[in-house]
Amino acid sequence: MKTKEQMDDNSVSRTVTVVNPEGVHARPADMFARTASRFSSEIQVSKNGQSVDGKSILGILTLAAEEGSQLEIDASGEDAAQAIDALAQLVQAGFTEDQNIRG
Amino acid sequence: MKFSEFVCTEAINPQLAADDKESAIRAMVDSLVTGSGVSADEKDDIVKAILKREELGSTGIGRGIAVPHTKHPSVERLVGTVAISNEGVDFDSLDGEKVQLLFLLVSPPDKPTDHLRALEHISRQLRDEMFCKFLKQAKTREDISQLLEEADNNQFVS
Repeated sequence: MKTKEQMDDNSVSRTVTVVNPEGVHARPADMFARTASRFSSEIQVSKNGQSVDGKSILGILTLAAEEGSQLEIDASGEDAAQAIDALAQLVQAGFTEDQNIRG
Repeated sequence: MKFSEFVCTEAINPQLAADDKESAIRAMVDSLVTGSGVSADEKDDIVKAILKREELGSTGIGRGIAVPHTKHPSVERLVGTVAISNEGVDFDSLDGEKVQLLFLLVSPPDKPTDHLRALEHISRQLRDEMFCKFLKQAKTREDISQLLEEADNNQFVS
């Protein structure tokens, strides 16, 4: 859920909640990093003050984001707004994973 | 979650001979059976489940690392093993590179948090280049076991 949004020229930040019961495991981390990599903006994700590169699966996995965790996504660059929209949508849609298979 | 809490030491394979994904996974699950991590009767089903997960997207997450895994009702707690391949295994990795460091996990279906914590620990440690380098150079199960213990004690990353 969107709880905060800030905007200046080239940098956008938004906080979203992890809604899928399995949390951000390997498959969601892969999906997040792939989506982030489609944009030229620099993307950081943070949880409880720990910040990692949003284009790195290893980085995202170190957040161990469970269901209910708040993730702050920060993007800066030309396509920051589009990147934030795409990434927030991905998280809020629960990564639309198949619940029967652990990713 | 520390390596010592889920890695089955007897199942560690310092010289994985497999060169393709299926045989690598099969060899690692075989080691888990040998190390009493999983039951022999469930072996084929676990291999099948891990391969099915791979079809969704490779767990070869780049930098020569793969984390093949599945949930399986036959395990009561998260169990895992580590294998090192000198030649590298073709794993359809996201970056196209062969994988040399493999961490395989089998977790109970009702413990998603344990699975996340294990992935967190593995990824946190593997971000350290020295840890990866030492693992790739390890020749024996004891070498690997000692490296995992050092990592658990935060000797690589804090």
